[in-house]
Amino acid sequence: MSVAAPSATDRPILEGRALSKIYRTGEVEVQALRGVDIELRAGELIVLLGASGSGKSTLLNILGGLDTPTSGTVHFKGLDLSALDDAGLTRYRRDHVGFVFQFYNLIPSLTAVENVQLVTEVAAQPMRPEEALELVGLGHRMHHFPAQLSGGEQQRVAIARAIAKRPDLLLCDEPTGALDSPTGVLVLEAIERIHDELGTTTALITHNSVIADMAHRVLVMRDGAIHEDRPNPTRRRARELSW
Amino acid sequence: MVRRALDRKLWRDLWRMRGQVLAIALIMASGIGVLITGLTNVEALEETARAYYERYRFADIFAQVKRAPKRIAAQIADLPGVQTVETRVVRNAVLEIAGFEEPVVGRLVSVPANGGGLLNRLAMRAGRLPHARAANEVVVSEPFAEAHDLRIESRLRAILNGTWRELTVVGIALSPEYVYAIGPGALMPDDQRFGVLWMDEETLQAAFDLEGAFNDVSIALLRGADVEATIEAVDRILERYGGIGASSRDDQISNWFLMNEIAQLRKLAHILPAIFLAVAAFLTNMVLARLIALERSEIGLLKAFGYGRREIAWHYTKFVVVIGVIGVLLGWIAGYILGKHNTQLYAQFFHFPFLLYRPGPMPFVLGLVIGVGAALAGAWRSVRNAANLAPAQAMLPPAPPMFRRTRLSEVRWLANIEQLTRIILRQVGRWPMRSFTTCAGIAMSVAVLIVALQWIDATDHMVNVYFQQAQSQDVSVSFIEPRSTEVARDLSRLPGVMVVEPMLFAPAKLRFGAREERESLQGLPAEQQLYRVFDASGRALRLADEGVMISSMLADLLGVQRGDRITVELLTGRRDTFTVPVSGIFETYLGSPAYIELGALARRLKERPTASTVHLRVDPLQLPTLLRKLTELPRLSSITLKSAAIVTFNETMAQTIMIFVSFFIVFSGALAFGVTYNAARIALSERGRELATLRVLGFTRAEISYLLVGEIALLALLALPLGCLVGHVLARLIVAAFKTELFRVPFVIEPSTYAWAMISALLATAGSVILVRRRLDRLDLIGVLKTRE
Repeated sequence: MSVAAPSATDRPILEGRALSKIYRTGEVEVQALRGVDIELRAGELIVLLGASGSGKSTLLNILGGLDTPTSGTVHFKGLDLSALDDAGLTRYRRDHVGFVFQFYNLIPSLTAVENVQLVTEVAAQPMRPEEALELVGLGHRMHHFPAQLSGGEQQRVAIARAIAKRPDLLLCDEPTGALDSPTGVLVLEAIERIHDELGTTTALITHNSVIADMAHRVLVMRDGAIHEDRPNPTRRRARELSW
Repeated sequence: MVRRALDRKLWRDLWRMRGQVLAIALIMASGIGVLITGLTNVEALEETARAYYERYRFADIFAQVKRAPKRIAAQIADLPGVQTVETRVVRNAVLEIAGFEEPVVGRLVSVPANGGGLLNRLAMRAGRLPHARAANEVVVSEPFAEAHDLRIESRLRAILNGTWRELTVVGIALSPEYVYAIGPGALMPDDQRFGVLWMDEETLQAAFDLEGAFNDVSIALLRGADVEATIEAVDRILERYGGIGASSRDDQISNWFLMNEIAQLRKLAHILPAIFLAVAAFLTNMVLARLIALERSEIGLLKAFGYGRREIAWHYTKFVVVIGVIGVLLGWIAGYILGKHNTQLYAQFFHFPFLLYRPGPMPFVLGLVIGVGAALAGAWRSVRNAANLAPAQAMLPPAPPMFRRTRLSEVRWLANIEQLTRIILRQVGRWPMRSFTTCAGIAMSVAVLIVALQWIDATDHMVNVYFQQAQSQDVSVSFIEPRSTEVARDLSRLPGVMVVEPMLFAPAKLRFGAREERESLQGLPAEQQLYRVFDASGRALRLADEGVMISSMLADLLGVQRGDRITVELLTGRRDTFTVPVSGIFETYLGSPAYIELGALARRLKERPTASTVHLRVDPLQLPTLLRKLTELPRLSSITLKSAAIVTFNETMAQTIMIFVSFFIVFSGALAFGVTYNAARIALSERGRELATLRVLGFTRAEISYLLVGEIALLALLALPLGCLVGHVLARLIVAAFKTELFRVPFVIEPSTYAWAMISALLATAGSVILVRRRLDRLDLIGVLKTRE
């Protein structure tokens, strides 16, 4: 079912089984996930492709401990996430997960380095905030406030903030969605570099199929289910991508 | 009627923001409520007094004489402008009421046999007037009757000119002269120890050796008559009969207190609402600015659809007007209820036979105009901004909040604090005006409470200085006419008397330059042991052998300084006029007294040293025996127990002040609550995304609560000292505004007052924060993050 990637092992660190999610808003019921099985193996970089409404964000949110499935289970290194309460999930996010969002979500009142410190101050074995910013190529802009940074720069600060605590899992939800192609590539390079240098297991959501070329493995979602799960033996470097 | 879509939006916005809308409306309602309470109270008291005075023919001029023949009345009646003249016998006497051990003073007032006289007519509450020459019949004042449970047919005893007389109550009445009935030497009405008794005129004339004569005259004037000129003319007529100077209705003691209370109430009705309405305007501004910021794109869309500036402006104006109207309506209701309740309390305090609480439309119209006006004033800027938004620009998201490095952020200690705290500090620094508003609101809450509690401190202080430090007598005995100081020696032989001290009151006119004041000179020994002349700062003062020691109030009135020579015209004795230096000026809270050494005063009166009052210090164990002996003394006017005076003072103060203080506590709580609730809700709506981000990053609910709570706590912390400062200043201003000739509230704020004011504001703040904090638990992490703001 899978192809060994150069830096990936066969040991899954995150495992979702028979995940389904039903949203109820008033009288309308939406089934966002329909019995999804998924594994993320240590050191792997996967890309989740799908149109909007296909359920990819819901899946990512459940894997990241932001949301709970209506049925099914999620295990992280043997820890049953579905059994955790709010405080437990907070702990899980704090200790193990790094998030990157489409709209960066930086704290406007904190500078770049302070946004990173926000996370390193509460992490167990963080890197230095400056180091994290160097990794994303922003060592020279670390004392700027978000309003003084471009969109691409803000997104790279967000990545630095996500990885500065050395998470087991980096989850990126449309990280290039709000950016033009050259800037998007810069952001993807940053994610790639993190993955290469730290070996962080990374899941990246996008509706842009070009980006799938940088993954070890590509999952395509449709109507709340995984429609296709294919290894990508011909990975390309991020800088080779364009759209 | 078809409601337009825009109006539906308006109602839904209001409903969605109901918490904030209500908070603003409540603060506004507090202001309007106090305004209406105050104004309707003023109106009710004025109208009631006016009607009472008119119906019962309250006189315009009052004068006392030693003894004047009845025919003099005709001379007075002939004066231009005089409508009616009525002469009376008025004397104080010691009473004895079964079951009440303490001394009671009665003011005996004669009523003519012809059906109750022409002026100062009695409002009969029960029974009838005394029959002509019915020597034992008496009408008692209603509060006094109630205090002693006296009814028709009840009996009491009075000493009339040295002999005990058994009196029977035939009627119970109220009089426009005794709306505020205050006994001799008392500070507060005490219905147990002071009462007014009306008796047949001939009986009193006979009892006090005033056959065919009078010692008190009331005069009613024609409309437009010259009061001052009449008073001078009356004084000239009465001078040789021992007149001590006529006074106008304005100086009549009961009316003076009543008018003074009305004036204070009016001040209160102006000061407080201003505070509340200013805060309400601030809050309207905050909430509306935020609403419009959130609705930028909708405004752009509406404009793109062809809605004009005016329609947009009107839409948001209506939003504000609705808040204002809710506030006004609540304020009206609160104001009406409190106004009525308060007026009833006043009616108990001031004794009216009827009460006219018929608030006219004016206070309510004024409330409406001021309330809606304040809301509109607060909203004006935001509404204008909304109307001026260009459609294309409006549909773009607003520029992200701009944070820059400031000198503050380079400060070293700031470099070491953790990020959450840094966010709080930057937030406060980024919106200084908004932070200031929150801070100012909490500060005002503290200040308002300090102002209220200050009254309690001031009263305690006054009681302490006046009763505990200055006066160390236990009993004071006054005589109808001054007695030789030998009476003091006689009194010292009575059982239980340890120290005696004579005192002499001499009514006088004091002049300096063109200014003149009527004030009794009070003669005391140079070194007083019991009734001590005390400065407000707590110094006991020694009276110089020559010269008068006057209170600063009197010094202000006369415009004199220490060392100036004032002219004294005595209205008693041989009515000498002389000049005397001002040997000192001292501060006091009550009245505007002038003291002079007893011997010096006697020399000026060209009499042997005499005493009108003797103060006693008494062995408490022998007090009951002594009181029995004292009541048997001849020509006694009153016996006053100091302990009873303190109790009365405190009770009266407790009644009146506590009502106000409890209003203030509620209002101040509403203020702190409303301000912080709005601030927290606005912060939540603006920064939900930020808070959700932090939750996603793994921060706990407690940690993100810290962001919101911490900011408000920080502002509250800044607000506390600010509030104490503002409260201090405000209290000082109010104390100054309430300064009257008779009564000056000392400016005293105990440390505990600051503490209580701060604790109360913190509790209200905490309450609102807890309410908002619960919303943090329902924060939609996913929803917030997926959307662009």
